[in-house]
Amino acid sequence: MNKNLQEQVIRTSGVNVLKCMRCGKCSGTCPSYDEMEYHPHQFVYMVEKGDIEKLMNSKSLYKCLTCFACVERCPRNVEPAKVVEAVRLAAVRQQGNNHLIPDQIPDMLDDDLPQQAIVTAFRKYTK
Amino acid sequence: MQVNDNKEFQPLIVAFCCNWCSYAGADLSGTNRLNYPTNVKIIRVPCSCRVNPMFILRAFQRGADGVILCGCHPGDCHYTSGNYFTRRRMTLLFSMLDFLGIERDRTRVEWVSAAEGAKFAATMNEFTEAVKKLGPNRRLEDLRCKKQ
Amino acid sequence: MQRIGVFVCHCGTNIAATVDVKAVAEALGHEPGVVISREYQYMCSESGQNLVKDAIKEHNLSGVVICSCSPRMHENTFRKAAAAAGLNPYLVEIANIREQCSWIHKDIATATEKAVILGRAAIAKVHLNAPLTAGESPVVKRALVIGGGIAGIQTALDIAEAGFEVDIVEKEPTIGGKMAQIDKTFPTLDCAACILTPKMVECSQNEKIHIHSFSEVTDVKGFVGNFSVTIKKKARYVDETKCTGCGLCTEKCPMKNVPNEFNMGLDNRRAVYIPFAQAVPKVATIDPNYCMMLKTGKCGVCSKVCSVGAIDYKQQDKFIEEKYGAIVVATGFNPIKLDKYEEFAYSQSPDVVTSLELERLMNAAGPNGGTLLRPSDKTHPHTIVFVQCVGSRCDDSKGKPYCSKICCMYTAKHAMLIREKYPDTEVYVFYIDVRTPGKNFDEFYRRAVEQYNVHYVKGMVGKVTPKSDGKLDVQASDLLANEQLHIDADMVVLAAAIEPDKTARPLATMLTTQMDTNDFFTEAHPKLRPVESATAGIFLSGACQGPKDIPETVAQASAAAAKAIGLLCKNSITCNPCVAHSNELMCNGCSSCEKVCPYGAITYQDKEFRMPDRTTAIRRVASVNPAVCQGCGACTVACPSGAMDLNGFSNSQIMAEVDAICK
Repeated sequence: MNKNLQEQVIRTSGVNVLKCMRCGKCSGTCPSYDEMEYHPHQFVYMVEKGDIEKLMNSKSLYKCLTCFACVERCPRNVEPAKVVEAVRLAAVRQQGNNHLIPDQIPDMLDDDLPQQAIVTAFRKYTK
Repeated sequence: MQVNDNKEFQPLIVAFCCNWCSYAGADLSGTNRLNYPTNVKIIRVPCSCRVNPMFILRAFQRGADGVILCGCHPGDCHYTSGNYFTRRRMTLLFSMLDFLGIERDRTRVEWVSAAEGAKFAATMNEFTEAVKKLGPNRRLEDLRCKKQ
Repeated sequence: MQRIGVFVCHCGTNIAATVDVKAVAEALGHEPGVVISREYQYMCSESGQNLVKDAIKEHNLSGVVICSCSPRMHENTFRKAAAAAGLNPYLVEIANIREQCSWIHKDIATATEKAVILGRAAIAKVHLNAPLTAGESPVVKRALVIGGGIAGIQTALDIAEAGFEVDIVEKEPTIGGKMAQIDKTFPTLDCAACILTPKMVECSQNEKIHIHSFSEVTDVKGFVGNFSVTIKKKARYVDETKCTGCGLCTEKCPMKNVPNEFNMGLDNRRAVYIPFAQAVPKVATIDPNYCMMLKTGKCGVCSKVCSVGAIDYKQQDKFIEEKYGAIVVATGFNPIKLDKYEEFAYSQSPDVVTSLELERLMNAAGPNGGTLLRPSDKTHPHTIVFVQCVGSRCDDSKGKPYCSKICCMYTAKHAMLIREKYPDTEVYVFYIDVRTPGKNFDEFYRRAVEQYNVHYVKGMVGKVTPKSDGKLDVQASDLLANEQLHIDADMVVLAAAIEPDKTARPLATMLTTQMDTNDFFTEAHPKLRPVESATAGIFLSGACQGPKDIPETVAQASAAAAKAIGLLCKNSITCNPCVAHSNELMCNGCSSCEKVCPYGAITYQDKEFRMPDRTTAIRRVASVNPAVCQGCGACTVACPSGAMDLNGFSNSQIMAEVDAICK
C-alpha cells in the first residue's frame, strides 16, 4: 500500500473511488476485458486499497482502449477509465526522468502533428 | 460587562436557542451537569428563524460582548425549513457586522440537537473563551444605554 | 400598571444548593411591577401551585413569573394553575434557573447573580405578555383520498369503516392502481387480483365511499378541517349512471389498434374500453384520441349497439367543488422510463421487457393468456436474464439515487414462478446486492436459489446486443468468479427503478406540502410522524412517500386513515394561540412573508382602509390563518415593515428580554 501514490492517482483522476458499489457494470461492458489481467472494477477497488504498484506493473494498464464505455455506464459516476489514465500517468511520471528533451523536438516534428500533442507530451513525459 | 474581584474580563454572552432542539440540548447539558460559564444567558425562541438580526444588533448595542444563535441541524428543523432561513440571514448579517468592524468571532451560529448536551456545553465554553480573548465589545455598545 | 408575582422554587436542593433562592426572591421583589415575590420548596407540588393560585387571587396579579426548572418540564403545569385561578395561562413565564443555571454552575455568588438576571428577563417579558385564547375552527366530516390504488382503497375503507364519508379521486377510468396489474404477490405467491378485487368491490358497495374515477384534483383551497377542493371529472363520453358495463361496445368498436396501457402496451384495445374485467366502476370509457366519431364525426357504432343509451359524444369535462376535513395523498408510483439505458437494448428489442411488463406477460388475463412467450416471435423462452438495480442507486442524471426497495423481491418471485412453470428455462439474476429485509423475505429469496436453482450472479450486465438469430447477447461480469460472461438469452427482464407519479409535484404545490428532491412527499417527522405531512390535515399513504411493497403500503394506508379519523372525530380543532398575526395598518402587501411560510398559512386580502385625509383606499394586506400557522416566526423576520409579529414571542418581548439580560 503506497499512500502517496494512491493520493496522487486519486487527485489526478479526480475520481471518488469510495462511491463504487462493486456492481461490475464497468467490467460487464468492457470490450478489452479478456485481454486484461486486472479488470475495470478491480482497478477501482485496487486504487481504493492502495495497490497502485501492482497496477502500474500490469500490462492491463495499456490494454484499456479509453473507450469510456465504463464511464458512460457506471451507475455511480465513478469513471473507471479516468482511474486507469491516472495510473498510467503515475507509471510514466514514476520514472523520475525527463523522457523528452526540448532539443530533440525539431527532429521529431512532422507537419501533421498538432501543437497540442507536443504540449501534452511535455506534460506527460517530463518530470 | 461584569467585572469580578480579580478583574478578569467577564464577557456577557446572549444565546438564542430554538425551543425544539437547542433549548432542549441546553436542558440536557444541565441534566448531565456539564458545566459552562455563567456568562451565557439563554433566550428561548420557537425557532432559530424567529431571531431577527435586529435582536442581535440590539444585544450588541446594549452591551453584550458575544451573541450565539443555536438551532436544529439543517434538515431537522421542527418547522422543516426554518434553520435554512436562519443560515442565509445570518450569513448576510455577519457580512454586515464585518463591514461595521465587529470581530467575526463575536457572533456564531451553531446547530445543536436535543441530544447534544455535551456539544452545547463545549460550544459555550469555547465561545466564551473566544469572546474573552477579544475583550469587551466597544464598537457597537451604546453608552447612553449603560447604567452607571 | 402591571401587578406581577414572582415565585422562586428551591426544587429541594436542586436549585437551592447553588443558587441563593432567598436572595433571588428578594432581588426580584424590587423589580418594577412586582407586587409579590415568594420562594418555596417545591413550586410544582400541590401546595406550591396553591401558593401561586392564592397569590393570583389575593393580589389580583396580571402576570406570573416562575423561577424553576425548564419550561419544557412544567410550563403547562403552571399555566393550568394560573387558568384555575382565573388568570390567562399565557400570562405565565418561566425563568429556567435549574437546567440552565443551578445544575451547570458551582459558584453560588455567580449562579445567584445569573438567576437574578434570568428572572429579570422573564419579568421584562411578562410585562409585555398579552392574554391569548386558543382559537377553534370547525372540522368538515368528510375525507378526500387522492389516488385509488391499494393505498387509497385501504385508507378509504378504513375511514368509511369509522363512519365518515370518503371520496376517492382516481385519474384512471378504474381504481385498482398498480396492484391490479400485478400477477402474484410475494412472499406468499397469492394472486394479486384475488386479494385486491374484493376490496375494490367493497369500495364501490360501501355507501360512505364515493369514487370519482377518471377525475383529477385541480384546485385546493382552505386549511385543516376545512379544505375546499375542485375536482375535474374528465369527459369519458359515457354516462356513468346508465352504463351497465356489459362490454358490447368494447367488442363492436372498429378501432382495434389502440395500445392497451393496462397490459403495458403489449397488446391492443378498442377506442371504447373497460381497462379490465374487474374494473370498478365497471363503466366504458371512450378514448378521444382514437375514437372516429369524436375525431371525424363518422362512426357511432358504440352508440348504436348500446342498449341503455349510455354513449354521449357531447359530454364535457365537469368540475365539482367539495368540502373536506382531511386529505390523504395516495398518488403512488410508476416505473421509470428506460429510454436512457441504451445499453440494455430496451427500445431496440421487444424481448427486453420491464418487470411490470413481465407481470402482464405472465398474467392469465394478460396478452398471452398466462403463457410466457417472447413478445417478438411468440415462442417459449429458454434462457431469461434478470437485471436488477436498473436506474436504482444511480448517482448520475439517468437514474434515481435511492434503492427502489421492491425489485429484489419481485425479481426473486418472477424467477421462481418461471422456474416452477417452465423447469426447462434457465434463469439468471444479475445483482449488486440482494436486499430482502422483511418477514419471510430472505427465506423466499433463498428458496429461489436453493429450491428452484435460479442462478444468482453478483455483477451487473454491461451490454445487451440483439443478434441476427433473434437471441440477445448479454455481456455481464461475474464479480465473484472474476470473469466476463456472455449469455445467449431469449429474454431480458429489467427491474426498473420506481419513481413517484408525475401528478405528485403539481399536487404538492396545490396542497402546500413538501417534497424531497426525488418528488416523494416529505413526512412531518421521519420517525415519529411518518404518515402526516408537515401541512396540517394532509396525510400520506403508500408509495407517494417512498418506495414500498404491498404489506407496508397497506400498513401505512391504515395508519394514515387512523390519523385522518382522529382529525375527523373532532367537531372543531383547537389552534395553538402562539401564531403569527399581521398589523394591517403597517402591512404593505409585499408578499415577503407568504414566500417564507412553510405551511402556506399566509394569504392576501384586499381591504378597505380609512386614510388620514378621510378618504378610503383599498390595500392589499397579509392575513394569517391561525389554524394553519404553526408559530415558527419565519415571516416575522422576513417582514420589511415590521407588521408581522408572533404571539407569545413578539418582537418587543424578545427585545425586552435582551435588554434585561444586557442591563
